[in-house]
Amino acid sequence: MANNFFTDNESLKFHLHHDLMQEIIRLKEKDYADFGTFDYAPEDYTDAIDNYEKVLEIVGEITGEILAANAEEIDHEGPKVENNAVVYAAGTSRNHEALTNAGLYGMSLPRQYGGLNFSYVPYVMAAEIVARGDCAFANIWGLQDCAETIYEFGSDEIKNEYLSRINKGATCSMDLTEPDAGSDLQAVNLKATFDESNNCWRLNGVKRFITNGDADIKLVLARSEEGTTDARGLSYFVYDRKHQAVTIRRIENKLGIKGSPTAELVFNNAPAQIVGDRKLGLIKYVMTLMNGARLGVGAQSVGLAEAAYREAFKYAHEREQFGKTIKDFPQVYEMLVNMRAKIDAVRTLLYETARAVDMTKALDGMAKDRVLTSDERQTLKKYQRLADSLTPLVKLFASEYANQITYDTIQVYGGSGFMKDYPVERMYRDARILTIYEGTSQLQVVAAIRGVINGSYLARIKEYEVLELKTEYQSLRNVLIKMRERFEHAIEIVNGFGSTSESCDFNARRLVEMAGLLIMCNLLLIDANKNAIFTASAHIFIKFAQSQIEQAAFYIENFDPVILERYKSFL
Amino acid sequence: MSFRIVVLAKQVPDTRNVGKDAMKEDGTVNRAALPAIFNPEDLNALEMALEIKDRLEDVIVSVITMGPSRAAEIIRDSIYRGADNGIVVSDRKVAGSDTLATSYTISQAIKKLGNVDLVLCGRQAIDGDTAQVGPQVAEKLNMPQITYAEEVVAVNETAIQIKRRLERGIEVVESKFPCLITVHGSANPCRFPHAKRVMKYKYAISASEAAEIGIDTAKLWQQKPYLKIEEWNAADIQAEDSRLGLTGSPTKVKKIENVVLTAKESVKLSASDEDLDGLIKELITAHIIG
Repeated sequence: MANNFFTDNESLKFHLHHDLMQEIIRLKEKDYADFGTFDYAPEDYTDAIDNYEKVLEIVGEITGEILAANAEEIDHEGPKVENNAVVYAAGTSRNHEALTNAGLYGMSLPRQYGGLNFSYVPYVMAAEIVARGDCAFANIWGLQDCAETIYEFGSDEIKNEYLSRINKGATCSMDLTEPDAGSDLQAVNLKATFDESNNCWRLNGVKRFITNGDADIKLVLARSEEGTTDARGLSYFVYDRKHQAVTIRRIENKLGIKGSPTAELVFNNAPAQIVGDRKLGLIKYVMTLMNGARLGVGAQSVGLAEAAYREAFKYAHEREQFGKTIKDFPQVYEMLVNMRAKIDAVRTLLYETARAVDMTKALDGMAKDRVLTSDERQTLKKYQRLADSLTPLVKLFASEYANQITYDTIQVYGGSGFMKDYPVERMYRDARILTIYEGTSQLQVVAAIRGVINGSYLARIKEYEVLELKTEYQSLRNVLIKMRERFEHAIEIVNGFGSTSESCDFNARRLVEMAGLLIMCNLLLIDANKNAIFTASAHIFIKFAQSQIEQAAFYIENFDPVILERYKSFL
Repeated sequence: MSFRIVVLAKQVPDTRNVGKDAMKEDGTVNRAALPAIFNPEDLNALEMALEIKDRLEDVIVSVITMGPSRAAEIIRDSIYRGADNGIVVSDRKVAGSDTLATSYTISQAIKKLGNVDLVLCGRQAIDGDTAQVGPQVAEKLNMPQITYAEEVVAVNETAIQIKRRLERGIEVVESKFPCLITVHGSANPCRFPHAKRVMKYKYAISASEAAEIGIDTAKLWQQKPYLKIEEWNAADIQAEDSRLGLTGSPTKVKKIENVVLTAKESVKLSASDEDLDGLIKELITAHIIG
């Protein structure tokens, strides 16, 4: 049978069929209004979820058969610049062509723009699957997310001009970073001036580290308000590659994701159209896009982790030392099975977040057509908050776990894993960027600590705690309640230092990790309660998380701010 | 008038994944134990048809398969990948056909379709490995044939140039239409199913499939005629009973042998040109390569 990265993974099917999907799809499909107008639109929930499965099967097959097979060659060959154009590695082009020809771009765009109008969950799932085949290529495929921003905020004119090209294979990039504006995007300096005679904006300046920098459609953050220096002077623009007004200065030679071209660009009086309103570029649009991109990195991380885990699993079953397969040694199987448990834990967080985003997007979409009822507005608010608070946790945990898992995969392989003969060294290198781009782990902590301090994580955890469980899982629930109490105690201590104190910042990561671990444990327990394939992982991960939480709690309970001075004495 | 391409396809047991229960006691293939798949080289043929459809104006690609009702699965699969429609030739009378009876049945179906410009089929099927059905169909339809096709070098409404993959090299030949081409596994692999086509055609069904699961398709087919998979029996294709199925099949299996490969000897060679040359000659003489 052909390799299929969707059908060979039971967990994906489980998450795709979550109870909330019925409501998500009904909202996304506006009560199945497209049925009859478009011959591929679903009639009802059963039809729609069957479409999701069938299309994910295609994604799984192309990924298993084409992307995974091309990954190594692409890693060696990489892209290059020729005549001021980025030329993908041959395999990258083949991947892109296969996915385009199968109609797999523009998955979540409305049908009127050639999209599939899928909700967010299957889109995130496809992103996970693609990343399992090739982590680098996942960027090129994943940047179709830019279309979402154009759809949400662009004028009808811009939507009509750009969106229908996505399904036909037009590539995208989001051009934010500059040499002096990395984590701090308020410092963006690329200049946008309005050209009265041609009735368009003109972009001038330099962008750096731009993923897929030579894309057909570029979303560019630029300073439209002369004399400003902060976020309020920035607007968002769309640039079409056909104008040939951008010079590709170079592409970077990177540690990993080598197939994904990272370019330094010079905009030379490049004509562009404004997306949405002036001055809202960073404050509103980039923040929305960034949340999507962070969830995207979460999906990419889970996909890569899955790929690495499967390699480790296979090798540990084949490799014999001291007369037995290495999987039989406790130190090896602990490593191996911890990988699996971490993946199950962070994946359930990924889809919990994706569902929250889905509900938000669907209700937002509905609000474009009519006034929402007060119930609907309440629901929207609830899921919006949940999505915003969970997104940094997904990005943080998924990317860190992808690094731990690829690290451990090489360890399982031993000396062979260090060699270029096996794919695991590539995965290890590819993982490294995940904790950095689209906001470092440290920035995710900054985004998430609010949720700790204002109690929104705690509230969510308590919601999970009241869900009914089979008796066999009650003892694990009791463990989780005790762990949550430790967490609450730790928050109290840190609050005692003052929520704006350096001591709070210093312990923020510990608190955020406690919150994330608790949420993952609770979700995994609920999953296990529904499907026994997660039972072992729930037991293993809860044990693991318990020791992590104890460690963090111990540190905080014994924390004395004086230690900060000791740290600073080295600076 | 549309340019009409027929692709011949067969649903076969997946002999590439043979397990211990792949053969029955009596030495015949245990079809129930093997998953049914689209014969691989027929997928290459379908891709070639779709490439021609991409290159010419107004092309209709129809897929014909012969088999039990579940053979409609590969018609649906073909439509997902870009074929316009398909026909299942299904009748108890065609069961047990050898290549002669099969090619007769298929050629009758192509005649019924009428006005066919090009017939494409895989070089051979992985269950029988005979490579006879394509050429026999060409003979019965009185069409020129090109076998072992690897690539369409050029094509227009009247003629086609084909690169053939042969044992000792390649050959480029040209034929006028109508003609029949058998496609080699080294040709382009078939494109994947298209997301929108899958969603549009997933409920396509044949009459006997509908009967088996007990659903009434009258309303469905009236509203969406494209969801009907045609099914033809022996009478529909005006076949003579004596030329069908077991009766029409002169091929008889004389004996079946189980061959167990037991070679264990190994030869150590140096990396010299002489030794390599010797090895290659030996392999060619033993018909292992070449």
